[in-house]
Amino acid sequence: MVRVEFLGPIQKDALELEVTSLRDVAAALQSDAEVKDWLETCAVAVNDTLVKSLDTALKSGDKVSLLPPVCGG
Amino acid sequence: MLELFDGPVPVEEIMVRWYHDEEGSNYGAFIPFIGTIRDEDGISGLSFDIYEPILESWFDAWQERAKEAGAVLKMAHSRGDVPLHTSSYVAAVFSPKRKVALKMINDFVEDFKASAPIWKYDLKEGKRLYAADRSTPIGGSGILGA
Repeated sequence: MVRVEFLGPIQKDALELEVTSLRDVAAALQSDAEVKDWLETCAVAVNDTLVKSLDTALKSGDKVSLLPPVCGG
Repeated sequence: MLELFDGPVPVEEIMVRWYHDEEGSNYGAFIPFIGTIRDEDGISGLSFDIYEPILESWFDAWQERAKEAGAVLKMAHSRGDVPLHTSSYVAAVFSPKRKVALKMINDFVEDFKASAPIWKYDLKEGKRLYAADRSTPIGGSGILGA
């Protein structure tokens, strides 16, 4: 299982998904009404490293994090 | 050095401590930046969430960049609620030369605003409201969108 976490202002509990790539995560989240509207503006990290490709492979135990727009300071 | 505090950043303590940490290091310039919370739009303060693992790796990458320029970076930020007229963010550069430090503090704070995984909320009328209109998508955002 891959754990998907939603950070900051996204009010959603983590999900556990049976997926093998980030493309599968995208497909699952695009059909999730609670999180769909965040997807266009969120950055994505796998195991706490930012990634830029949907072809990123995932294995059981990996953690995917969604990071919405930021504003520190 | 990256320091996180629950509530306001203790500015006086940090400034004195950072100065003394480096006073024998032969740096010619110490350029601090202190961000304070202004009274505007009826807020009683700001509040922050931080994702620490990525904040730490972002900061470590900047520290490497500073090291290559012969400089050192320090940063402190708040978690949770921070009232008006206190500080939520302090950063500083120490470097042998003034020009390096002045450029680096500007570049560092700009990238901090654009990339550090910190989320800001207005505290207003008892609510904690995400500051969506002042927030910036991190570079590379949107890959999960349709």
